[in-house]
Amino acid sequence: MRSEPLLCGLAQSEDDRPEPVLRAGNTNCGGCGMSIALNMFSRAIGRRRVQMVIPACCGIVTAGAYPFSAYGAPVVASTFASAAAVASGLARVARMNGEPTRVVAWAGDGGTYDIGMATVSAAAERNEDVLFVCYDNEIYGNTGGQRSSATPAGATTTTTPRGKELEKKDIVGILAAHRVPYCATVSLAHPEDALRKFQYALDAPGFRFLHVLSPCPTGWKSEPAEGIELVRLAIRAGLFPVYEVFDGFRTVINVEPELSPTALERYFALQGRFRKNAVDLGRIQEMIERNWKHLRARARDA
Amino acid sequence: MTVELLSANHAAARAAALAGRANRAGRGFGGGVYPITPQTECIELLCRQEFEKGEIVRVESEHSAMAVCMGVSLGGARAFTASSSNGLAYMAENVVSAALYRLPIVMMAVNRTLGPPWNIWVDHGDTLMLRDAGWIQFYCEDNQEVADTILLAYRLAEDARVLLPVMVCQDAFVLSHTMMLTDLPSQEEVDAFLPPLELPHAVGGKPVTVGGLDFPHETEVHRREHHEAMLRVPAVYGEIQDEFERRFGRRPADRVEAYRMDDAEAVFVSMGTTASTAKAVVDAARERGVKAGSLRVRMFRPFPEDLLATWLRGRERVAVLDRDLCPGLGGVLWSEVRGVCPGSLVQNYMLGLGGGDIRPEHLEQVLDDLLARAAAGEPRIVEVG
Ligand SMILES: Cc1ncc(C[n+]2csc(CCOP(=O)(O)OP(=O)(O)O)c2C)c(N)n1
Ligand code: SF4
Ligand SMILES: [Mg+2]
Repeated sequence: MRSEPLLCGLAQSEDDRPEPVLRAGNTNCGGCGMSIALNMFSRAIGRRRVQMVIPACCGIVTAGAYPFSAYGAPVVASTFASAAAVASGLARVARMNGEPTRVVAWAGDGGTYDIGMATVSAAAERNEDVLFVCYDNEIYGNTGGQRSSATPAGATTTTTPRGKELEKKDIVGILAAHRVPYCATVSLAHPEDALRKFQYALDAPGFRFLHVLSPCPTGWKSEPAEGIELVRLAIRAGLFPVYEVFDGFRTVINVEPELSPTALERYFALQGRFRKNAVDLGRIQEMIERNWKHLRARARDA
Repeated sequence: MTVELLSANHAAARAAALAGRANRAGRGFGGGVYPITPQTECIELLCRQEFEKGEIVRVESEHSAMAVCMGVSLGGARAFTASSSNGLAYMAENVVSAALYRLPIVMMAVNRTLGPPWNIWVDHGDTLMLRDAGWIQFYCEDNQEVADTILLAYRLAEDARVLLPVMVCQDAFVLSHTMMLTDLPSQEEVDAFLPPLELPHAVGGKPVTVGGLDFPHETEVHRREHHEAMLRVPAVYGEIQDEFERRFGRRPADRVEAYRMDDAEAVFVSMGTTASTAKAVVDAARERGVKAGSLRVRMFRPFPEDLLATWLRGRERVAVLDRDLCPGLGGVLWSEVRGVCPGSLVQNYMLGLGGGDIRPEHLEQVLDDLLARAAAGEPRIVEVG
């Protein structure tokens, strides 16, 4: 019998892997959301056999230098655009050898929204037996904080010194439009929901896509200790909807947002990246409402 | 064995399928494929093959085609793909990566002019652009050689002393779309020649990171090991030639194939199908009493400096025939050959750029020019188009 993880999945359990997916000694910044995501993911993996493919991003730098590896799982460090394609190759070989291995691509927003877009889209269209996780810190963290197409409107980056004007892409919408078996957003502030989604996505066959909002104190110019609070605020404000899409159609909203303007204000106030420019919160509020109308319509129709 | 009338594209696909099936007792076969003229017929035929344990992944780009091959290979299976020209240029990042991961992937490359302006005919500039990518490179002269080289490429790539990817190059249309009687071995014969792949660094369950970070001192060692593996290729290739001959009854050509070189004073050095024309011109010149000979560089990487130095020692005149141009320098083959025979007059001729048909009369002009020279001059582009 499986012993269910306690404390929303964060407590030690009998089902734990002998070692975490992200070991101590990794080089991630303190308070990195991706570290938290990897810890939750590790708990979700339990005894499953995984192989990970990580393209150029903070997530591979943290592995450390040869011959060491901060990862407690086999990892292929792929070229920036190629995670989904390398993972496809590994998954095909696992399948033709009748192995239960779950192949996971773990990429940043750059490796997903930007340079990896064509590769991810193609792997999704082929319905490869791959779990693709995008930890989205809304910036190119590894190269020192340049904008990506996941950078939100208003954020200052080294390449948008006056703040980005354009809104971020709807990545889950894009992947859901591929009609893949499963797409979901993952909240680090909702470990129970996160654990359930990680586990569901690990076991479901075909292409699965998870989008994790991943606080990045270094890039967001925020307090390392406030990462989870920022995720909570983003959800309360309606900026980051927590939902899942089955087979590209059935849309389920997992956390009801308050659409709270106070939460929105506080989310922006806590991050230095928004501080330099006068961010028009009214415009952002409108965008949030528009997005939610659309999402609710999808959830209703499904 | 069956003798069939096959284009080099189809010969390549059939050979790859034989090699792929031979790994059914191992972890199988796979690869990502993407079309580009004049290679397309190869991957189309591959997509029509049945595999007991093999999967061809129809990807969205050459970059991903090689990425899938890397995933397949890292999973311990045998991998194959094919490309050409701009496809190879687009793939380049992962071409380099495949070699740095030390994966025994085999790629068939049909040499085609890079563009724009678009030109689909033969030019060696595409694969020569990848000469420093850390791959073994063969340039073939006929369809039989393409098929045989793909089979032996796996043996070479997968040898524990080598573990390097191999590019098997052939000339666009001259070979890719030209039918020739080609002898394909049976599956049983290939099974016996190609034992199941055992990749020592295949990704399994062990928590290691393949291709993570290196500091300079690790990179120095990794590069040195890569270089040393390349340097072991000639000896391993020699063993494979012997075994191939024993099993299949024909001997794959040497790394440098010599033709009428015994007393040759004027020598053509070329790659690919240019060598066939060169041999015909050598025969004609000999009838006129000119002591001509031909060397064909079949293995371009690792560069067969040893064989070229031996063959060219004491020869008076050498014409290096390039079907490529490094703008501002000259021919790539010439730039490498000129250093190995310090005593000879080495003149560079670039012919058939962009696929112009190199006819015997062009090489006769080259020979006349070579024989009339007092000294080597600037590399010359000979327009044949
Ligand atoms: C082909 C290529 N172009 C550029 C780079 C440089 N590069 C490495 S990581 C990176 C940004 C990564 O951003 P993201 O995917 O969001 O991950 P993060 O670093 O934020 O974790 C860039 C531009 C590269 N490695 N490869
Ligand atoms: S830069 Fe950001 S994403 Fe990268 S390790 Fe630091 S906190 Fe994490
Ligand atoms: Mg990022």
